[in-house]
Amino acid sequence: MRNFRLPRRRFLALSAAGLGGSLLSGCDRLSEAPDFQEFLASAEGLTYRAQRLLGGGHALAREFTAGDVSPIFKVNGTAMPEGEDYAALLEGNFGDWRLRVDGLVAKPLEFSLTDLRNLPQRTQITRHDCVEGWSAIGKWQGVPLAVVLARAAILPAARFVVFHCADVLEQTLDGTGQYYESIDLIDAFHPQTILAHSLNDAPLTVGHGAPLRLRVERQLGYKQAKYVMRVELADRLDGFGRGKGGFWEDRGYEWYAGI
Amino acid sequence: MSEIQSAISSTPLPRPRRLFIHRHTRITRLTHWINLLCVTVLLMSGLQIFNAHPALYWGQSGANTDRALFEIGADDSSDGPPAGFARFGSSTFNTTGILGVSRDTEDDLVLRGFPGWATLPSWRDLAIGRRWHFFFAWVFFANLLVYLLAGIATRHFWRDLLPRREQLRLGALLHDVADHLRLKFPRGEAARHYNPLQKLTYLGVVFVLLPVMILTGLTMSPGMDAILPWLVDLFGGRQSARTIHFVAASLIVLFVFVHVTMVLLVGPVNALRAMITGRFAIYVEDDHA
Repeated sequence: MRNFRLPRRRFLALSAAGLGGSLLSGCDRLSEAPDFQEFLASAEGLTYRAQRLLGGGHALAREFTAGDVSPIFKVNGTAMPEGEDYAALLEGNFGDWRLRVDGLVAKPLEFSLTDLRNLPQRTQITRHDCVEGWSAIGKWQGVPLAVVLARAAILPAARFVVFHCADVLEQTLDGTGQYYESIDLIDAFHPQTILAHSLNDAPLTVGHGAPLRLRVERQLGYKQAKYVMRVELADRLDGFGRGKGGFWEDRGYEWYAGI
Repeated sequence: MSEIQSAISSTPLPRPRRLFIHRHTRITRLTHWINLLCVTVLLMSGLQIFNAHPALYWGQSGANTDRALFEIGADDSSDGPPAGFARFGSSTFNTTGILGVSRDTEDDLVLRGFPGWATLPSWRDLAIGRRWHFFFAWVFFANLLVYLLAGIATRHFWRDLLPRREQLRLGALLHDVADHLRLKFPRGEAARHYNPLQKLTYLGVVFVLLPVMILTGLTMSPGMDAILPWLVDLFGGRQSARTIHFVAASLIVLFVFVHVTMVLLVGPVNALRAMITGRFAIYVEDDHA
């Protein structure tokens, strides 16, 4: 019996190593298989439904105090949108900038920055969580999206709010490198979802999305679209970009970024 | 040992009789292997996610300009090849080849936190790493739930894992530690049951480490933080929870390392057979047979 022990042990070790190695290369191959990736992505629907079921429709994100604000709020993604149009708007201190609200609405509208500042305001000190893993706390001020949507009177067919941005994050031939984002109506009408024009009591800098960015506080940083130019109400998302509802969603990230 | 016994007794040695006992229930065996798959995928995809921002902080927030408790990075300020480093507080270690700077499949030096052989996928892709992680997080959670419910229903935890009062006395524990250090393991009838260190370790993994992984994982979800704000407070903030998630994962790796070592020392064939078929062989001295 003892004589058989060593070869058997070595056999086990070798098979374990072989199995481990082939599992690893197998996992890499599965990472490149679109069908399997779709299968893995099915967990997103489960996460979304579970969070909504647990009260995620109305729950508020934690709000902090002035003492918690991060000394430096990291600029991520686009730091300066390219192109003459944005440069001209910046040059004029966004006096000529207008936010267009259209799509499935009864009254398409345009708002200047002054218009938005004259609407009811909300200020919130919240934590921004980047998909990379870091967090920063900042004080945001802006108009609740619900206020803007109420003025434009959204149509019953509307299911999503799409945010069109001024920045191109990736140069592509078909124009799908333009930044955009989308959220459902639960998040659109959530009281902490605002179109923010100020960070830490100052107008947004270019790096943080001047003149206007979205804050949808219960989701990750890439949902907080910067340089918002147009808010479009839609009944489906497959007509925008590459069809997944956002710049990063088109590149494999979750549309529901509450996780 | 047989020489000593021969010296004591001149009568023919009683050969230890091999006896198969039923060690693991079907649920335990099934959930064990599913758990192995989940923990492997979660660990490797977790390192992929960690690589997107290879630094850990304490508190609610933390980013590049904040002081990190632990950090992996690369220094390419010199003229030579870049050097990888790991920094704990103020202590910095050169980790070139493994952490910070490692070689990819084409043998080129790349700057990345954990090396390609430790991450899923092996190349840098946060989006795919997250997909693996969140899918298997659900499987891991469901599997743990099945194991816990079955363990309660069959009284497995009370019968097999809860140490008896006398096993918890300091003397008994120290004795067990000494036995482990001398690689002296229970034989015969004593091998029917787990020893106290084994029981405490399994209880710690099942009821502390694995639940902490799930809870700190949930705390990193901004959606869950709105639903369960007390959970964020429990761990002292989202960045603290992220750090605890990493530390608990490291402890699971340590557990797996010790666990596999013990299996190899005690008898891999018997242990694997027990975890696959349920049958575990013990050798009893049948002196009054």
